Amino acid sequence: MASERIRPARSRYDAVIVGGGHNGLVCAAYLARAGRRVLVLERRHVVGGAAVSEQLHPGFTFSVCSYVVSLFRPHIIRELELARHGLAIVPLDCSFTPLPDGRSLTRWGDPHRTRDEIARFSRRDADVYPEFGLTLGRLARFAKNLIDAPAPDPLSLDPREWLALLRLGRAARALEPDLRYLNLKLLTMSAVDFLDAWFESDVLKAPMSVSGIIGTFLGVRSPGTAYVLLHHYMGEIDGAFRAWGFAQGGTGSVSRAIAAAATAHGAEIMTGAEVGRVRVQRGRATGVVLAGGDEIGARVVISAVDPHRTFLRLVEPQHLDPDFLRRIRRFKMRGSSGKVNLALDRLPEFRCRPGDEHLRGDVAIAPGIDYLERAYDQAKYGDFSERPYINVVIPSLVDPTVAPPGKHVLSAFVQYAPYAIKEGPEHWPERREAFGDAVVDTLAEYCPTLASSILFRQVLTPWDLEQEFGLTEGNIFHGELGLDQLLFLRPAAGWARYRTPLRGLWLCASGAHPGGGVMGGPGELAARALLATRAV
Amino acid sequence: MPLETPFHPRTSRLCTSLLWKDWAGHHAVRSYDTSHEREYFAIRHAAGLIDVSPLHKYEIRGPEAGALLAAVLVKDPRRLAVGRVSYLCWCDDDGKVLDDGTVSRLGPEHYRLTSAEPAGAWLERHAHGRRATVEDVSASLAALALQGPASREILRRACDADVDALRFFRVVPARLGGAAIHLSRTGYTGDLGYEVWCASDDALAVWDAIVAAGAPFRLEPAGLDALDVTRVEAGFILNGVDYFPAQRCPIASRKSSPFEIGLGWTVQLEREPFVGQAALRRERATGSARALVGLDVEWDTLERLFDRVGLPLHLPTTAWRGAVPLYSDRGRQVGRATSGAWSPLLKRNLALASVEAAHAAPGSRLLIEATVEFRRERVPATVVPTPFFDPPRKKG
Repeated sequence: MASERIRPARSRYDAVIVGGGHNGLVCAAYLARAGRRVLVLERRHVVGGAAVSEQLHPGFTFSVCSYVVSLFRPHIIRELELARHGLAIVPLDCSFTPLPDGRSLTRWGDPHRTRDEIARFSRRDADVYPEFGLTLGRLARFAKNLIDAPAPDPLSLDPREWLALLRLGRAARALEPDLRYLNLKLLTMSAVDFLDAWFESDVLKAPMSVSGIIGTFLGVRSPGTAYVLLHHYMGEIDGAFRAWGFAQGGTGSVSRAIAAAATAHGAEIMTGAEVGRVRVQRGRATGVVLAGGDEIGARVVISAVDPHRTFLRLVEPQHLDPDFLRRIRRFKMRGSSGKVNLALDRLPEFRCRPGDEHLRGDVAIAPGIDYLERAYDQAKYGDFSERPYINVVIPSLVDPTVAPPGKHVLSAFVQYAPYAIKEGPEHWPERREAFGDAVVDTLAEYCPTLASSILFRQVLTPWDLEQEFGLTEGNIFHGELGLDQLLFLRPAAGWARYRTPLRGLWLCASGAHPGGGVMGGPGELAARALLATRAV
Repeated sequence: MPLETPFHPRTSRLCTSLLWKDWAGHHAVRSYDTSHEREYFAIRHAAGLIDVSPLHKYEIRGPEAGALLAAVLVKDPRRLAVGRVSYLCWCDDDGKVLDDGTVSRLGPEHYRLTSAEPAGAWLERHAHGRRATVEDVSASLAALALQGPASREILRRACDADVDALRFFRVVPARLGGAAIHLSRTGYTGDLGYEVWCASDDALAVWDAIVAAGAPFRLEPAGLDALDVTRVEAGFILNGVDYFPAQRCPIASRKSSPFEIGLGWTVQLEREPFVGQAALRRERATGSARALVGLDVEWDTLERLFDRVGLPLHLPTTAWRGAVPLYSDRGRQVGRATSGAWSPLLKRNLALASVEAAHAAPGSRLLIEATVEFRRERVPATVVPTPFFDPPRKKG
C-alpha cells in the first residue's frame, strides 16, 4: 500500500502531478525512477481516479468506474515491476451475447469452440472469423507503432516530426498493399460497414461493432467508428499477451500497484488534496495552489486531469492563447455512458444459457445492429436509451476476493447515457434511478431473477462521473476517442507531445495520445518526453 | 500402461480436453481445458487443485529412522521438530545429486520422504543394520496440492486443522471429508499453498470435500501445464529437466552437485558422515564449476527480431523444457537454459539456466539462442535472482 501523505514533505518539487489517476501515477513512477522529486495531488480520499476499487457495500469490492484493464502496456508492468507491487491481471475468458429469443453466442479463447458457436448462426461467418482475426492482428501490429510512441504530426515542419513519420512510413510500407488500403478505409468507415464486408450474421456483428462506439457519442453506423473498433481490438489480439482482463481486487489494484511502485521510487502521493489552480508567474507554470490556499512550487506542473479541466478550470484564461483555448473548448468531451454496479446475493441465471462458464468474460447486451442504432437514436435527442447497450462483467466469478463466498458483484457499463439530457445535465440526479431501473429492466429480460437478488445498487450517470470523479461531461476517456481527436490531434493539433502552450505545464493522461483506457501509455510517454527534453 | 491415481475417477471426468501425460508411470492431466490459462490464473488468483499422487512417498519409522535419513540426505532431519517439513536433496558417493524432495517429521520416530525418482532401494541399502523400516507408500498414500491465495480460506472451511496457525513448511494431522489426513504448508508454485496427504481409499471423499469448500472461492482443478509455469516463476528446479539424476547419467559431465543446481543451501556438511560428504567438502573448498541461475530474456530485441520478418512477437504459452545454448557476449558457449516460460503475471520471458560459475553473478549478460521464423538468433538475457515471483502471502 502506498504511503499517502497528509501534507507535502517539501515546499518545492521537480514535478507536481495534478490528479492521482492511473496515468498520473505511471508518470510519477517513471519520473521518480529517474531520480526526480515528484508529488502527486489527488482530490479524492483514494488514488486511482476512474481506476479505483471501493467497498461500497460491506464485503463487496466494486471497480466503481473502469471495470476491465484494457491495453495496459505490458512493458510498463515489467519496467515498474507492478507484479511485485501486487498487480495481477486475469484475462477475460470469453464474450457472451444473450439474445431475447433464447439463443446466444459465446466467443471463446478456444478458436474451435468459437467456430462451433458462430456456425450456429452462419457457417460462412464461422469460416471467415479466424481470417478476420488474422487481418486485424496484422493491422494492430502497425497500430502498435502508433500507440507505443508519441504521435508524429504529418503537417508539422519540425524535422523531428519528419523522422518519426519516416519511421512510421517504413512500418506502413512493411504492410502488404491490401492492408495499406484497408487501413485507409478504416479511417472513414463505420464499424458496421467494416464488419459487413466480412460477416453476414447480425448476431455476430452486433457485439463486435460496439467496440467502435465505446466512449463516443456516435452510433455503430456513424462514419469513423471502424477506426475506434481497431483501437479497441488491439488489446484482444495481443496474441499470447492478451491484455483485456480483470485486476485482482478490482481495477483499483492497478492504481495501488502503480502508486506503490511510485512511492518505492521516492514519489510522494497526497490524497484529499484538491488543486485550485495552476500558479503562473511570468508566463510560466511554477506550481499549484491548493483549494485550501497552500502553494506548492515545482519546475513543471503535469496535469493528469482532462484537457477541459486543465485548460478551462485550472489555468486562468489570460495565460493561454485565445485560439488554443477555442480549440480546447471544441475538443469534444460529451460523455455518453453510465455505470450500474450491483451487489448480488447469488449468481444471475441467464435464461438462454444456464451455468456460469460463459459468464467469466464479459456479457454484451447487444442483440442486433438495429437495437444498438435505436439506442443511439434516443440519445441523439437527449434521452438515455431505454434499452441500452450494456457490457456486463461479474469479476467475482474469477476473483474471489471481491465478494463474500457465493455472492457476486456485477458491473454494468451502459451506453447511451448522454451527459446533455434534454432537461439539462444538472437534472441527471432526478433521472438517476429511472436510468438504473432501465438497466436492471433490460438485464431482467435475459435474467428474470436478477432483480430479486440485488443487495445493493449504485448508479453512476455522466453527471456523477463529472461531479465525483472529475471527468468533464462524464467522458470516460478524457475526451471522445473519435478520429478527429486521436493521434496528433489529441488534444489539439501541434500539442500532441504532452507539452502545452503554457511553459512548464504538461499533460500526462487520457486526454493526450494514445488516449483512454487503463493502458498507462500517456503517463509513460509523457514522463519519457519530460525526461528527454530535460524539462525536469 | 500408466496407472491411474486414486483421484482418477474425478480427474478423468473433468479432463474434457483429454490432454494427459505420463508422470512417474501414472496418467496425469496436462490441462483440463484445451488451454491451461484458466488453471494458471486460478492458482495465482484463487486456488488450483492439483493431483500430485504420482510423487514417490516413503515412510521411515523406528528408533533409528532419523539416523538413517541423516546418513542418506544432505541435511540431518533429526534437527527438525515434529511437525516440520524440510526441502532438501540427496547425493551419491561422489556428491552428485540423485533427487530432491521434502522430508516431514510426523513423529519422534516417524518421517515421510517424497521424491521424483524411486528412492526405496537406496534407502534400504543404507538402512541395513539400523533399527528403522522403510515403507514405500507411493500407491497407498494419495496427495493433492491446493495452491493459491484462496487456499487458506478453503481449508479453513474444509478441515478441522488450525489452518491459520500452520506456518510455512509445517505439517499437522487433521480430518478432512471424514478422513484422517496430513496437511502440510508446502507446494511447487511459490504461492500460498498446501498439500493434503491421505489414504488412497479416502481420496475421493477428500477431493469432493475440498471441491465443495472451494466452489465459492473459484477453486479450479489444475493440471501440470499450469503447474509448470508457476514453478518456473517460483524458480523451482525439476528433476530430469533442470538437472539429471546421477543414477541415470551415462556420462559424468551430465551429473550435478547440489551446489551446481542451487541447492547448496540445503547441505549441512559439518556433522556425522553422510553419503557424498567428502566429495561435497572438497567441492565447497575448491568451488563449483557451474551454477543454476534465473534468466530474464530481453523483450525488445526479441520483438525487433520478430518485427523484422513482419510478425508480432509470439511466445508459447506453455513452459518449455528443451535445453537451449547460452553464450557469453564473446560468443563462447557458457551454459544452457534448461527450462523457461513466459510469465503472464510478470510480463517477462523467464528461464532457468545452468551456467559457468564466472557468468553466474546477478546482472551478468548472456546471449540465449532463440528461433525466429526458422532462423537461429541470439537474444540478450540477464542473470537475475530467483524466485522471479515471490508474493508475501507465500510465507505470510
